[in-house]
Amino acid sequence: MLDLLFYIFASLTVVPAFLMVTSRSPVTAAMFMIASLVGMACLFVMMDAFFLAILQVLVYAGAVMVLFLFIIMLLDMDEGEDLRTRAIPSMAAMVLGGLILVTILGFFSGKFDDQFPEIQEPAALKLDGSQTLPEVYEKHLPLPYSTKAKTFGYGLFTKYMLPFQVTGVLLLIAMVGVIVLSKRTTDESEGGSAT
Amino acid sequence: MSIGIQEFLTVSAILFSIGVFGVLFRRNTIIMLMSLELMLNAVNLALVGFSRHNQDLDGSLFVFFIITVAAAEVAVGLAILVGLYRRRESVMADHLNLLHD
Repeated sequence: MLDLLFYIFASLTVVPAFLMVTSRSPVTAAMFMIASLVGMACLFVMMDAFFLAILQVLVYAGAVMVLFLFIIMLLDMDEGEDLRTRAIPSMAAMVLGGLILVTILGFFSGKFDDQFPEIQEPAALKLDGSQTLPEVYEKHLPLPYSTKAKTFGYGLFTKYMLPFQVTGVLLLIAMVGVIVLSKRTTDESEGGSAT
Repeated sequence: MSIGIQEFLTVSAILFSIGVFGVLFRRNTIIMLMSLELMLNAVNLALVGFSRHNQDLDGSLFVFFIITVAAAEVAVGLAILVGLYRRRESVMADHLNLLHD
């Protein structure tokens, strides 16, 4: 049953991804991309990463793809693109993509066991209020895999405190950069003397 | 259940190569950005798979940072595209040949 679900979700991820790459109109491509991202969230659920699955749907399918659709709408560039005229670049892209696929598949084929190990839940580590999280994790470093959002927060605010802060600064820089980039300069709005 | 890390890594590899193919194949810069996102997502899938396989939360935590950086990257990339469209009236990579001659 779970095998069947895996194959359904995997095809729900891979097939729309391929259709996204090959569809002519950007709006259709964005729709296929959303389908592919939701399929990937389902694959996260199959790996017991429930919190990341929710995050994937919220951030990618919710925020990033809406941004894409807004830009497509704003630029009004749903013109399409003839995909059949350039034979040699298409062949080169296909060959390079296939080579990368074969290389990655050949690299790890037959190297891993065929099943995931059982999760050592924090419930097994007595996460029932009798011990606080720091007490639990002092005995179990590195952080054990867990399905609970609480442990993600714990890891982010202890071991990965500095990267977390740097990510916040990065988001601020991106925000300022986007505002500066999309602000019209004065001579452009007056005379349109650009180019 | 016989689904393990091998199958998830295979899906991840297929998605990554589709992303590479898309970046090289398309001339529409918006779809090239989407293919870039697809590649980042394939890496996320592999990271979560390894994290689950090794019973270690570090890989899953790294996915957080990748998602954040990807969102910032998309915002900046699309802002650049809007600026480009204002000047060149096109987002096709074929038409962005100012340095060509």
